[in-house]
Amino acid sequence: PHAGSVESKNEATMSELVPEPRQKPAVPMKPMGINTSLLGYIGIDTIIEQMRKKTMKTGFDFNIMVVGQSGLGKSTLVNTLFKSQVSRKSSGWNREEKIPKTVEIKAIGHVIEEGGVKMKLTVIDTPGFGDQINNENCWEPIEKYINEQYEKFLKEEVNIARKKRIPDTRVHCCLYFISPTGHSLRPLDLEFMKHLSKVVNIIPVIAKADTMTLEEKTEFKQRVRKELEVNGIEFYPQKEFDEDLEDKTENDKIRQESMPFAVVGSDKEYQVNGKRVLGRKTPWGIIEVENLNHCEFALLRDFVIRTHLQDLKEVTHNIHYETYRAKRLNGNGGLPPMTVETEENHESNL
Amino acid sequence: QNVGCRTLSLSAHVGFDSLPDQLLRKSIKHGFYFNILCIGETGIGKSALMSSLFNTNFEDSPSTHFLSSVRLRAQTCELQESNVLLKLTVVKTVGFGDQVNKADTYQPIVDYIDAQFEAYLEEELKVIRSLFSYHDTRIHVCLYFISPTGRSLKTIDLLTMRSLDSKVNIIPVIGKADSISKSELQEFKKKIMSELVSNGIRIYQLPTDDETVSEINTITNGYLPFAVVGSMEKVKVGNKMVRARQYPWGIVKVENESHCDTVKLRRMLCTNMEDLKEKTRSYYESYRRCRLEKLGCRDIGPENKPVSLQEVIEAKRLEFCLEMERKEEEIKQRFLQRVNEKTAMLEEAEQQASMPVLTKYARLMLMHQEEELKLEEKKKILEDEIAQFIEKKAITVSIQSQVSVSTPVVSLK
Repeated sequence: PHAGSVESKNEATMSELVPEPRQKPAVPMKPMGINTSLLGYIGIDTIIEQMRKKTMKTGFDFNIMVVGQSGLGKSTLVNTLFKSQVSRKSSGWNREEKIPKTVEIKAIGHVIEEGGVKMKLTVIDTPGFGDQINNENCWEPIEKYINEQYEKFLKEEVNIARKKRIPDTRVHCCLYFISPTGHSLRPLDLEFMKHLSKVVNIIPVIAKADTMTLEEKTEFKQRVRKELEVNGIEFYPQKEFDEDLEDKTENDKIRQESMPFAVVGSDKEYQVNGKRVLGRKTPWGIIEVENLNHCEFALLRDFVIRTHLQDLKEVTHNIHYETYRAKRLNGNGGLPPMTVETEENHESNL
Repeated sequence: QNVGCRTLSLSAHVGFDSLPDQLLRKSIKHGFYFNILCIGETGIGKSALMSSLFNTNFEDSPSTHFLSSVRLRAQTCELQESNVLLKLTVVKTVGFGDQVNKADTYQPIVDYIDAQFEAYLEEELKVIRSLFSYHDTRIHVCLYFISPTGRSLKTIDLLTMRSLDSKVNIIPVIGKADSISKSELQEFKKKIMSELVSNGIRIYQLPTDDETVSEINTITNGYLPFAVVGSMEKVKVGNKMVRARQYPWGIVKVENESHCDTVKLRRMLCTNMEDLKEKTRSYYESYRRCRLEKLGCRDIGPENKPVSLQEVIEAKRLEFCLEMERKEEEIKQRFLQRVNEKTAMLEEAEQQASMPVLTKYARLMLMHQEEELKLEEKKKILEDEIAQFIEKKAITVSIQSQVSVSTPVVSLK
């Protein structure tokens, strides 16, 4: 048996942006026998390893939705995020395909593995959003899809003989692509985010950010933040769900300075300074996607994947899903009666 | 649900391998719960063992042997080791095996375990719930203390364990094992295990499916039931203070694996907390299934599923609505009642306040009227007198004028 702390083990696999698990301050002596220093090692801290083993065995589900007008680079960005062809762009869809007349929901699932961690990633694309002449209520199919996933989960949870691990198809994160006009948000953007920020975690991103200079970018971001605030739109990470001071300071910085992330996506590699980097080649230079001086893709990637992935899932499960469930059990509360969609809408890469 | 999902290879490091660490960080923040139930006769060493296992004082005031039924006493404490905070709850039976008639001894224990399941189920079925921050009181492991008779299991042991083996993980231990010699111990353990098997009692066995631990676990499984010794006191051995029991013939060291199995038990509990909790969840699911079926819900076939689901949801919703209505009605009634009371009070006060004024006024009026009448009367009387006087005067004047001519002054009488 070893004595002492186990911190070192946990640090090795974490990236530089993940804060270290802080030591909990020693608990003061209470009459009921709280130990600040156990004489001799007991072994309670092995529970961490047990949990780690368990989670690695069962694997994770993650469902990410991308919303925005066509041509904003949604599919490319998702491919860049997950360093593989995960979007519908790669599943037989080509650019000559007509833009659909209504908003379609296309979900594509992949299993990816890294460092022994298996993840079932589902990318949900929404072609047709915002592309019509009359875009009134074009968020409705999206809202319907999101609620359907909550319904599926609820049905399984309420079963008498239910599965030990309920398959999770709920949308954990919705990336909303803002057009880089440099002016302000469009009415459609505000309408969508107003409606959907109440049912799903929305992360707004400024697409094709290589069309703005640094000053334009900063100004645009400030204006967008202001508009979102004025319209009462709470994007992820929502202020009210900060668990403690640590979370709050970390998230405040992200909310007030970094977001919305101005991103550029690419799946092509170029040689820059002897290294192969992902980038976009233009007559005036190569825009490096993962270079923080060029765009904020790396920030978005670290935020969504390396630090807040688990939190996105937890907020979806503990808050959005619970809200839906409470409404549903309270006599529908305004929700239309549900029928579970069959698997027609779910494509998969075969 | 990986059917139809292609496995994709990544072209570079994405970074989601930090996911387990993210999950662990959150778990550490929230802390962990663990609940142990100790069943054993009075004085068999439950508190001593708990104190030894976790280096924390779980002492209780010694209980009497004369309780009429078995009771359960729970103690919670927080233990910290490096960055792990564990909220440990130890529940002990009080008065187990003391009654003359032991027929229903195990019932309070079964009821207690069921009550914890029930509490969790209730929380789970609430419309607005907070499972996230719920203090889980379900029993994760039950340590059953066997008396160190050296012979075999008692009937009460078999009965109790059989009533519990479908609800909780049972780990049988031999209490006060320092009263049995080594050779007797081996025989005793063998006898116990064979009796458990022949009576169909399921006890907790360490998982042997994972190759990394299957060998160790098989060996540990072979030591069941653990022969444990606990001690509240520490004895100086060499230059250290260790938990031990001091006898004239020697010192039994609790943490010495050749003296007793206490350390083995501790290791088994700590390294398998997650597995114990997992199995507890399965027991909970069985409980939940039974309970919901009793409520009349059924999951017959896929077509019927949505129907019975709606019914359950409808039933719960109706119940909730009725409850809300009832509460609303109650509050309304109370409000009305208070309004009435207040109104009555105010009216009375008003009456009281206004009454003197009224009566005073009335009285004054009356007085006025009476006085007026009196005055009227007096006036009348006076007027009459005046009239009489005038008459008299007239008569007198006429008589005077007649008499003044002929006679001398004669006084008139």
